[in-house]
Amino acid sequence: MGLAVLVLAGVLVLTFTVAHVVPGDPAATWAGPHASAAQVAAARRFLGLDRPLPAQLASYVAGIVTGNWGVSIHTHRPVLSDLATVAPASLELVIAAMIIGLAVGVPLGLVSARWPGGLVDQAIRAGSILGVSMPIFWMALILQLVFSQRLHVVPAAGEYSPGLLFSHPLAQYTGFGVLDALISGNWPMLGSTLSHLVLPALVVAAYPAGLIARLVRAQVLDTVGETHVQMVRALGFSERAVFGRFAMKLAWNPVAAAVALIFGYSLVNTFLVESIFDWPGLGSYAAESISTLDTPAILGVTLFVALVYVAANLIVDIVQAALDPRIRLQ
Amino acid sequence: MRLRIKDLAVAFGDRQVVSIGEFAVGEAEIVGLAGESGSGKSMTTLAILGLAHTVGATVSGSIRLDGTELTGLSQRELRQLRGRQVAAIFQSPAMAFSPVFRVGQVVLGALRLHGMSRAEAAEAASRAMRQVLLAPDLLGRYPAQLSGGQLQRVAIALALALRARVLLADEPTSALDVTVQAEVLELLRELRERDGMSVLLISHDLAVVAELCDRVAVMQGGRIVEQGPVSQVLAAPQHEYTAELLAAVPRIGAAPQDRGPGHV
Amino acid sequence: MIEAPAPFPAEAPTLPRGQALRRGLAANPLLVVGGLAVVVIVLVALFAPLLAPYPGDAGNATHPFMVLHAPSAQHWFGTDQVGRDILSRVLYGARVSPLIAVLVLAIASAVGIPLGVVAGYFGGWVDELIMRVTDVFLAFPALLLALALAAVLPASLTTVTIAIAATWWPWYTRLIRGQAASVAGRPYIDSCRALGIPRRRIILRHVLPNSVTPLIVQISLDVGGVILTASALSFLGLGAQDPTPDWGLMVSEGQTYFTTDWWVVTFPGLAILVTAFAFNLLGDGLRDLLDPRRSLLP
Repeated sequence: MGLAVLVLAGVLVLTFTVAHVVPGDPAATWAGPHASAAQVAAARRFLGLDRPLPAQLASYVAGIVTGNWGVSIHTHRPVLSDLATVAPASLELVIAAMIIGLAVGVPLGLVSARWPGGLVDQAIRAGSILGVSMPIFWMALILQLVFSQRLHVVPAAGEYSPGLLFSHPLAQYTGFGVLDALISGNWPMLGSTLSHLVLPALVVAAYPAGLIARLVRAQVLDTVGETHVQMVRALGFSERAVFGRFAMKLAWNPVAAAVALIFGYSLVNTFLVESIFDWPGLGSYAAESISTLDTPAILGVTLFVALVYVAANLIVDIVQAALDPRIRLQ
Repeated sequence: MRLRIKDLAVAFGDRQVVSIGEFAVGEAEIVGLAGESGSGKSMTTLAILGLAHTVGATVSGSIRLDGTELTGLSQRELRQLRGRQVAAIFQSPAMAFSPVFRVGQVVLGALRLHGMSRAEAAEAASRAMRQVLLAPDLLGRYPAQLSGGQLQRVAIALALALRARVLLADEPTSALDVTVQAEVLELLRELRERDGMSVLLISHDLAVVAELCDRVAVMQGGRIVEQGPVSQVLAAPQHEYTAELLAAVPRIGAAPQDRGPGHV
Repeated sequence: MIEAPAPFPAEAPTLPRGQALRRGLAANPLLVVGGLAVVVIVLVALFAPLLAPYPGDAGNATHPFMVLHAPSAQHWFGTDQVGRDILSRVLYGARVSPLIAVLVLAIASAVGIPLGVVAGYFGGWVDELIMRVTDVFLAFPALLLALALAAVLPASLTTVTIAIAATWWPWYTRLIRGQAASVAGRPYIDSCRALGIPRRRIILRHVLPNSVTPLIVQISLDVGGVILTASALSFLGLGAQDPTPDWGLMVSEGQTYFTTDWWVVTFPGLAILVTAFAFNLLGDGLRDLLDPRRSLLP
């Protein structure tokens, strides 16, 4: 625990340092393009930019801890509330992608391990390496063209059909489109949010699915030669039980560890596809912040993603301990 | 004859690892299969269980279990026999149980697999645990929480609960301390006396064989070079390999030059 | 009693090296395909000026009368929004991505390996310090940090290289440190110390060579990842600038025309995919081949 705090402190220092290498003058951006020199100076004093760097860092850190993440220079709103608005959309996308990744990757990995060296195995291995090698932004464009624009199977962009907003307005509980529709029983909206989620989620799911399939295969193959697997066979269990129940249980450990990694990676991947799918998430916000040199916002996004990543790691640690008694017993 | 093997050949491609002309284990008999590591003993176990293919080996010849010919059977038919008619315990008990399952989960799972209801399985498991002098609640533990000796006894309990008639014991005591070893061997002897179980004991340690077995077959390079009643083979070995093995057994109290190379 | 997992049964065969190698290659068609593909890509990169039908198009040339022509006999991949031949640009692009990957991994290794060896060998507060700093860097998903860095520095391929290298080195440090720590703990290192062998020599001649093996496999696996990251950054406009024939940049430039002129985006992106795929196949196959435990299975 203490370690996590230390790491977070380092993260804060790092992001602060990075953001202050930014060329350009935030005060000028805040004051606006038509501000006079006096107004820019006033803006600088207001933003605290005239103080020495260590002082700025200190007040920044103090602010973060108390929930004051600064004010976006571009939107003039508190960064934290900006993040609260845009983060759920990105998280929804990543979570959906992870679910698909697990649902596809685990069974494929098992099948691959069950008949290693066979044609199916080679195909699955090639497929999973393909998933891991996929340039996300390109895949997004291609799929969008083929399935939305040419075949009209799924909608091209947005989180839901804007037209539906009038007839079936979506209540905001969690910020997750699908969940909110489900909770409020808004069935037309549920259909719309789901159909809009499909394509982006599939694109982001390519990497997780491929990686998880490879991991499961490697882990299961590793355990298959060990005595306890032979013992279970000697007891009369079918090959399906041997692989699916016994070998797989051991495989969850490294898979869980990888999930945190994949989660962080996928979250940043969503940034790449959000502009393509008009998905109103962190990525779009980040892109804007970068182009307007909005230091507090850039800091906020970076910090937020790092926090999510650390949280994901912590959650995975807990899940790992629950799944693997060896960790608990240590 | 509970187990009868005739002209058994196990091979990896064109490399023969086991070549047994004639070998049998009778009712309530403990037969030893002795020899050094790599002599083909473990492969014989796998062949009997019909699991040789899992390590890429091919099997030919005849293996009869209580009259049923095993080598032609399908995997599905073999699965019904495994655990039930013929059970196996392995060399390192700590490795024989999956570290992420409670031992009871494996035991009960196996019992229910072979047709028992949940209640029957729990009852049989408890009874078997007591027979091997273990408290039934140890079934709730993970392998890391049990000692090697305890784990081996759980494995034996499992064979008991399944009412297996033939037990293949592959180096069951090699990984255990000497005192624990004696307990496990005693347990195996009891199984023979009380339950009439036939045991095929595989061991590189002739001292263990001498203590427990009625008959012994000595394996070298995949072949049986000598077999017969234990007292006969060990007292008057016909084959030079048997003599070598005997010489390697340390004897306490003998002068240094009489002790075998196995003595430190 | 601690037991190492032993293969069961003991009689299962292990083949002699040469035969195992040939058997491994035969059983691993993916590795062979990957290896060949990588060779092809490297050759393309080297001979791009000779292979490209319109070498000038990889540079500053513009052809206003040939804007956005569909693939044809004269332009196999079509032309882009300023009339340049896409095939030529894609071929020249093979010089850009792998070069960046090599540079990034070289820098990351140059920084990560020494740090990892030092941390692993000395232990104590040196180890703690280095690993905490490493942990801070590792608290960011790789792409994020690279993005943040690239965003604040002027957009160029140099920036991309530095940004990615800055995010990559911590992985190597952690990897090497684990290996170095376990090697340093071995009895023969103690003997070296007892014999009075100077520390620097112990580190360079004993600890270092024994620690780098997993890293070699890791590096070959990472090439694909770096190529993807670099092209992503260029796609976002943070890397290569026009007229550099960078694949990511080409996809980004072609985005606006995609719905009507699909070829501007498709071919550069396909090149990224194929290159990353090839290197990943190679790395994966190498790992399979070098892993001793695999020799039992077909």
